[in-house]
Amino acid sequence: MEAKDIIKEENLVYSKTKLLTDKVLTYCPGCGHGVVHRMIMEVIEEMDIRQDVIGISPVGCSVFAYDFMDIDMAEAAHGRAPAVATGIKRCWPDKYVFTYQGDGDLAAIGTAETIHACNRGENITIIFINNGIYGMTGGQMAPTTLKGMQTSTTPFGREVELMGNPLMMTELVAQLPGTWFVTRQAVHKAVNVRRTKKAIRKAFESQKLKKGLSFIEVVSNCNSGWKMKPVDSNKWMEENMFPFYSLGDIKVDGELVQK
Amino acid sequence: MGELRLMKGNEAIAEAAIRAGCDAYFGYPITPQSEIMEYLAAEQTHKRTGMVFLQAESEIAAINMVYGAAGTGKKVMTSSSSPGISLKQEGISYIAGAELPCLIVNVVRGGPGLGTIQPSQADYFQATKGGGHGDYHLLVLAPASVQEMADFVRLGFELAFKYRNPTMILSDGMIGQMMEKVELFDAQPRAKEFDQSWVITGTPPDRKKNVITSLDLDPADMERHNLVLLEKYRRMQKEEVRYEEIECEDAEYFFVAFGSSARICQKAVSIARGEGIKAGLIRPITLFPFPTGVISERAGQAKGMLTVELNTGQMVEDVRLAVNGKIKVAFHGRMGGMLPSPDELVNALKEKIIES
Repeated sequence: MEAKDIIKEENLVYSKTKLLTDKVLTYCPGCGHGVVHRMIMEVIEEMDIRQDVIGISPVGCSVFAYDFMDIDMAEAAHGRAPAVATGIKRCWPDKYVFTYQGDGDLAAIGTAETIHACNRGENITIIFINNGIYGMTGGQMAPTTLKGMQTSTTPFGREVELMGNPLMMTELVAQLPGTWFVTRQAVHKAVNVRRTKKAIRKAFESQKLKKGLSFIEVVSNCNSGWKMKPVDSNKWMEENMFPFYSLGDIKVDGELVQK
Repeated sequence: MGELRLMKGNEAIAEAAIRAGCDAYFGYPITPQSEIMEYLAAEQTHKRTGMVFLQAESEIAAINMVYGAAGTGKKVMTSSSSPGISLKQEGISYIAGAELPCLIVNVVRGGPGLGTIQPSQADYFQATKGGGHGDYHLLVLAPASVQEMADFVRLGFELAFKYRNPTMILSDGMIGQMMEKVELFDAQPRAKEFDQSWVITGTPPDRKKNVITSLDLDPADMERHNLVLLEKYRRMQKEEVRYEEIECEDAEYFFVAFGSSARICQKAVSIARGEGIKAGLIRPITLFPFPTGVISERAGQAKGMLTVELNTGQMVEDVRLAVNGKIKVAFHGRMGGMLPSPDELVNALKEKIIES
């Protein structure tokens, strides 16, 4: 049997969403970004809302997200994506607006914009990729870098006495009355990918309700920045990141989830 | 004739914005321009025209809200004063780089640093030479009256959309705070159609996606983008220069001044004329593009020029470039909110030009 005998309509079990372009991803092999991109685009395709979606890419590894996502997008200044999203959403309150941001962008330089967009209850979705490191600039300490974790600017490990504690941004924004749905997910296993996709769908559906902001943290690996093989980085993530950044819903329909 | 009102300069800007069909305002309070946002809030713009009004958490957030909203093709503005405009510079650079239209009002106060809340023209360099990082220019309009505060809002939006470039109204605390009679133009409706060649409103099936960005890592592409911008600035220099000449026909000595300084110079011209000195005033209205041509031309008939500014000497550099050594160009400036009297300016003209 040859390949052409297998490539038939009835044998199709998976296809790439049309909303992902064919541009070669600039992400490192093993990185979670590509999977999250795909989940967002699949949700937009399944909801059939491409004509009403505007995305915002950040500064960081995903600065070129607009090259991979085949939808209208704006590229924001470092940390300012929630403000850019606010400007768009206020002008087009019936459109779907989402930001896609890393931990440095969202939880360091953009802390004020994040907190205030959440507090105002902007009807947008924030997708927050937390890998505890600055990937694009070469692996420096991020606000979410774990205690003792080595980075290029904490070569002997993060000393919290000197460099502060890792910032639990997601728990923080969940406390604000303006957030409607707050969750923390991962994409390193199929089951987690499915849960992340479900969360993205819920977040986009929530925009229609106009009840506030949906905030999805995705704890992800950065095998290059962590100086690990992809499989090892996922294992390290499970053993070190998840105990601190525990997965699951934090706030659902405006109510904190009791644990 | 349009509706006549007695208004503060800042209020005139706000009312003009509503009438110009502005879709959204994002700002942060700072003296001496807070009346702009207070007026918009009191007018309940969302009820009056549907215009969005939002007080942001910072000037940085406000300008980035403008960036996002401007990307959708809507008519968007912000306002601030000097320290706040400094904070906005990163965003302004992105807006210029991404070629988005918007209106930015700077009601200038003295600096550097926290400086003073008194009027100043010390942000001339920042406004006309770029301000933020990278090669770019704003269209810069300098009103000298409350009437022009109102009129330049409409003009500013027109120019911003004509060139897809941010326009700045460079005012100051004096014009922002003083009250004058103003004839308001009739309200125009907010736009309903948007240029689908570049706006981000969601991708309809009949066009490709649009992306608002200022990023290009390919050196050849980035250079090409810089050249596109340069060509745009040259077109502005060719087509958009605006200025006013007062008593210039037979003048031998010229004041060159913009905004509030120009008003004081106007009085100085009449005092000088009363003393038999043939004085005139050239008032640049667009500070970028700068009226180089008229200043260069008038230098042919002039014995000297005195540039008057509320700073330590900024526009005078552009005046000297225009004059190109043909005649003497002197400078007289006051700082910190101090204003020169017309007599002081006549004396300065005598001392620094006529008798030197």
